[in-house]
Amino acid sequence: MLEALTYPFFQKALTAGLLTGFTGSYYGVFVVQRKISFIGSGLAHAAFGGVALGLLLGIEPLLTAVPFTILVALAIVYLQKHTQLAADALIGVLFALSVALGIIFLAVKTQYTSDAYSYLFGSILTVNDQELIIALLLSLVTVLTFFKLWARWAYSTFDVELAGADKIPIEFDNILLILLISVTIVISIKIVGIILISAYLVIPPASARLISSSFGSMTVISVIIGMLSSMMGIIFSYILDLPSGAIIVITQTMIFFIIVLISLIKKNKK
Amino acid sequence: MSEQANILEVNNLNVVLGQNTVLEDINFNLTKGAYLAIVGPNGSGKTTLMKTLIGLVKPNTGDVKMFGANIDDLPPGTISYVPQIKTMDKAFPARAIDLVMSGIQRRWSFKINSHDSDRVATIMHEVGAGDFIYRPLAALSGGELQRVFLARSLIRNPKILLLDEPATGIDLVCELSINKLITEYNQKFGTTVIMITHDWSAAYHHTNYVLLLNRRQVYYGESKTAFTDENLQLTFSHLGHGHGIKFGLKI
Ligand SMILES: Nc1ncnc2c1ncn2[C@@H]1O[C@H](COP(=O)(O)OP(=O)(O)OP(=O)(O)O)[C@@H](O)[C@H]1O
Ligand SMILES: [Mg+2]
Repeated sequence: MLEALTYPFFQKALTAGLLTGFTGSYYGVFVVQRKISFIGSGLAHAAFGGVALGLLLGIEPLLTAVPFTILVALAIVYLQKHTQLAADALIGVLFALSVALGIIFLAVKTQYTSDAYSYLFGSILTVNDQELIIALLLSLVTVLTFFKLWARWAYSTFDVELAGADKIPIEFDNILLILLISVTIVISIKIVGIILISAYLVIPPASARLISSSFGSMTVISVIIGMLSSMMGIIFSYILDLPSGAIIVITQTMIFFIIVLISLIKKNKK
Repeated sequence: MSEQANILEVNNLNVVLGQNTVLEDINFNLTKGAYLAIVGPNGSGKTTLMKTLIGLVKPNTGDVKMFGANIDDLPPGTISYVPQIKTMDKAFPARAIDLVMSGIQRRWSFKINSHDSDRVATIMHEVGAGDFIYRPLAALSGGELQRVFLARSLIRNPKILLLDEPATGIDLVCELSINKLITEYNQKFGTTVIMITHDWSAAYHHTNYVLLLNRRQVYYGESKTAFTDENLQLTFSHLGHGHGIKFGLKI
């Protein structure tokens, strides 16, 4: 096992896993508290269309997936504001369109379907330098948002009206959050796979919520769980030679149930 | 005297929401230290008027000036707002102290230092919420939550305090003590208070001005002369649920 740490592919996977574990579980607290986990799964499916487009054109899928996903995210925000439809219905429409496009792109370019497998389920063997750099940049930006934006996002997550009365730029903040979530989702694809990304965003904060009395502690605990489970998941995935996304999510779920158990025992003791 | 200058001016305000004209031709001014009650039936536009005053709702025509400026240009913390009680998001992890802190910070707090928590404790004791400073918001009753909201709005020492039905869900004894507290702030610090209430008697006794609202402004003036039969008929009866009721305030 230790020798794996000397393999460049494994180092890359582990670093990328820790970074996406950090950003995913950090933005995840807002996803969970704003009850927009459907956005996570919607954007993951949008990312599928973007990845498939990259595969079709024979260019780095990241380069098509990032703009494609951001475009869908902005379309959701725009349509939500200007139509009477609920966000989940809108996302349902765009999500279906992106997946349908993705399937057609892949069908046209048949020889790439084996690659598609690693995007759907996650594969630590295929993390490349571009992804690592973007993950690193995103993590830096995310650390900055902690100092500048966390307190505003948290305020409007608690109550839009109070935040509005205190002149928080709610719409701007909201768009920024959705954009950063979009990038987080795209760079998590290699590690987690498209199918399980929304779970990856939601399980650490949901677990943290069970044992947090304040939003600050929920954020910290979520990030710890997110990074820990990504690291453990990638190591187990290497040892067991199974898709990393599935192993990470299973690790997260186990942590979730352990916390449920602990909080139940605590409650009974009282 | 400069103290008598208007600190709030509302001119020809019209608000349309969706297809509804919710407010029509509202005009009034307040001077420093005024205590205004807004009274009117359900759906008469009271909450909308308050939200327009603080800039949460944009008027279609007319304007609101506070201290001679547009609301968006006011120094932060000038006003504080206690919203009409609503079902809380119980899933959000927050304690009473976190909510009160947002009154000082105008942001959510990641961590609360001991100086701030002392300040919060003092004000929470003042509003009778001293027993549940660290209690999760989800574990508070409606009346307890209302007191926490009140502490939150008082802690920033606002120049203008806006309260949307602050007595809702509060027992009589606590209501009296809260009314007393608001009156005290109004008199001691010269805080201008605007309160929406369904309690005519409280409006008559505690406030100096009353605005009777029914989409249009039926009456604006001294509270002692507001509650005439005629004014109350005009305010309440043509919504369909006031027929045959004898109005008039027994005091
Ligand atoms: N976003 C909106 N779109 C359309 N109509 C609205 C909107 N918000 C409020 N209204 C309508 O405006 C009217 C006034 O609402 P408002 O909440 O201001 O009443 P209110 O006087 O505060 O009533 P209550 O005593 O029940 O609190 C109501 O008829 C309401 O249905
Ligand atoms: Mg109202």
